[in-house]
Amino acid sequence: MGTKFKIDNLDLYYGKFKALKDINLDLPEHEITAFIGPSGCGKSTLLKSLNRMNDLVEGCKITGKVTLDGEDIYGDMDVNLLRKRVGMVFQKPNPFPMSVYDNIAYGPRTHGIHNKSQLDEIVEKSLKNAAIWDELKDRLKKSALGLSGGQQQRLCIARALAVEPEVLLMDEPTSALDPISTSKIEDLAVELKSKYTIIMVTHNMQQAVRISDKTAFFLLGEMVEFGKSDDLFSMPQDKRTEDYITGRFG
Amino acid sequence: MEAVKTMEKTEEIQGINKVTFGQRMKSYKRTPLSFVLWLLVNAAMIITVVVLFFLIVYILVNGIPNLTPDLFDVKYTTENVSMFPAIINTLIMTGLSLLFAVPLGIFASIYLVEYAKRGNKIVGLVRITAETLQGIPSIVYGLFGMLFFVGALGWGLSILSGAATMAIMILPLIMRTSEEALKSVPDSYREGSFGLGAGKLRTVFRIVLPSAVPGILSGIILAIGRVVGETAALMYTAGTVAEIPSNIMGSGRTLAVHMYTLSCEGLHINQAYATAVVLLITVLLINAVSSFIAKRITKG
Repeated sequence: MGTKFKIDNLDLYYGKFKALKDINLDLPEHEITAFIGPSGCGKSTLLKSLNRMNDLVEGCKITGKVTLDGEDIYGDMDVNLLRKRVGMVFQKPNPFPMSVYDNIAYGPRTHGIHNKSQLDEIVEKSLKNAAIWDELKDRLKKSALGLSGGQQQRLCIARALAVEPEVLLMDEPTSALDPISTSKIEDLAVELKSKYTIIMVTHNMQQAVRISDKTAFFLLGEMVEFGKSDDLFSMPQDKRTEDYITGRFG
Repeated sequence: MEAVKTMEKTEEIQGINKVTFGQRMKSYKRTPLSFVLWLLVNAAMIITVVVLFFLIVYILVNGIPNLTPDLFDVKYTTENVSMFPAIINTLIMTGLSLLFAVPLGIFASIYLVEYAKRGNKIVGLVRITAETLQGIPSIVYGLFGMLFFVGALGWGLSILSGAATMAIMILPLIMRTSEEALKSVPDSYREGSFGLGAGKLRTVFRIVLPSAVPGILSGIILAIGRVVGETAALMYTAGTVAEIPSNIMGSGRTLAVHMYTLSCEGLHINQAYATAVVLLITVLLINAVSSFIAKRITKG
């Protein structure tokens, strides 16, 4: 397995506050990597520095180096192209206030695809990939806001897949969903990893155990431990990791 | 079929969650203060509706019998005091001032909300200026328009001078309402769009602006109301000539100015009432059309 993302000596500041301290991490291709840790430990922040969503936050400064397939993403790379290659699914489902079809077609249209039959094909393929085609094929023209929370989140995944990314960043994608929707999205993530590299932030340790190949544990802006999920959860090397996963704090 | 049956059933059942009037009155005995408040809000509602209703009925009763065909003659004479030129002038005036103010106001608000950095000093200054301008009496705008557009720029008493003055008057209103509308668009929409690799321009025009349209339109409706109802500022800038000018450099009176002149002269009070009816209907029509457009846009 190759390395998709390589993070070297990354420091991140919000104003004067140092939110991430000297992160070094190699994220493998075609695997699910989970970021775990208590609230405010910087895991979401790190996730957002991988597609430069932190650029939108005022007073956010980053030092160090992040490469995607060897290319420096904070170098010459066009931010919009980076975000096309590295898609994102947010904590709360955020479909646009338009029809299901237009939601999916928004990304491809942004990147210059306007051919109707081509768009139809992309919409169908993306919805099928997100395992929601059967539920939505008869309501493509209906507003996406009328869907249930779980459907909305899978729609957002389909929307992210429609621009054919290489990496999918998921920021606690199931924290607002019920158990059934959660399990659907987990199954989906496992299915998708053969085609995409998935990096997922989660508060749910069972979820990390269930679906992730590798897990990174963060605490107070530092990466404490990174390894195979099976090892990390059964034999944590660091005392802090052990305390956290056994529920002694956090 | 089944759905219909269950509907019928629920109608027969007296729900235990329904509070009857008697029960409510009983509960007010224990909390007299709530009863007083209940009375107050109801009284406020009734007074508001009655006053508005009385006003409209009064205008209609006095105006409709005076709506004679010669009031709509194409040419105004002192005999027929036709309001037809004034209707056309009102439409031109409204359209022209919106043409100036709406794009400017919306783009300025897009700058303030989407492009300017938070905590930018210019933003604060622009906001305070807009708020102050909103509170200035229209006669001040009229005076400025007379000195600047009519005098300094040499446009004379004309529809153009009037529309430019009106545009300045409604600009802060449109800017502020658009700003609020843009601000109320959730950030998650923007994040979603940026996350798909869309740039700022596309995000603003495809995602943010369409969601803000209803709010922006309500600002435009308010602005239309101000232009249609304006007299003082327009008498100084557009004049009171009761004709449709051949171009926008000509002078012309709007409906409100026409009404003011008629009641000032004191000879045609009945015709003034008839004009009021037309003005009322115009405003109602404009509002209906605007909300219809808003609905269509938000649906699509």
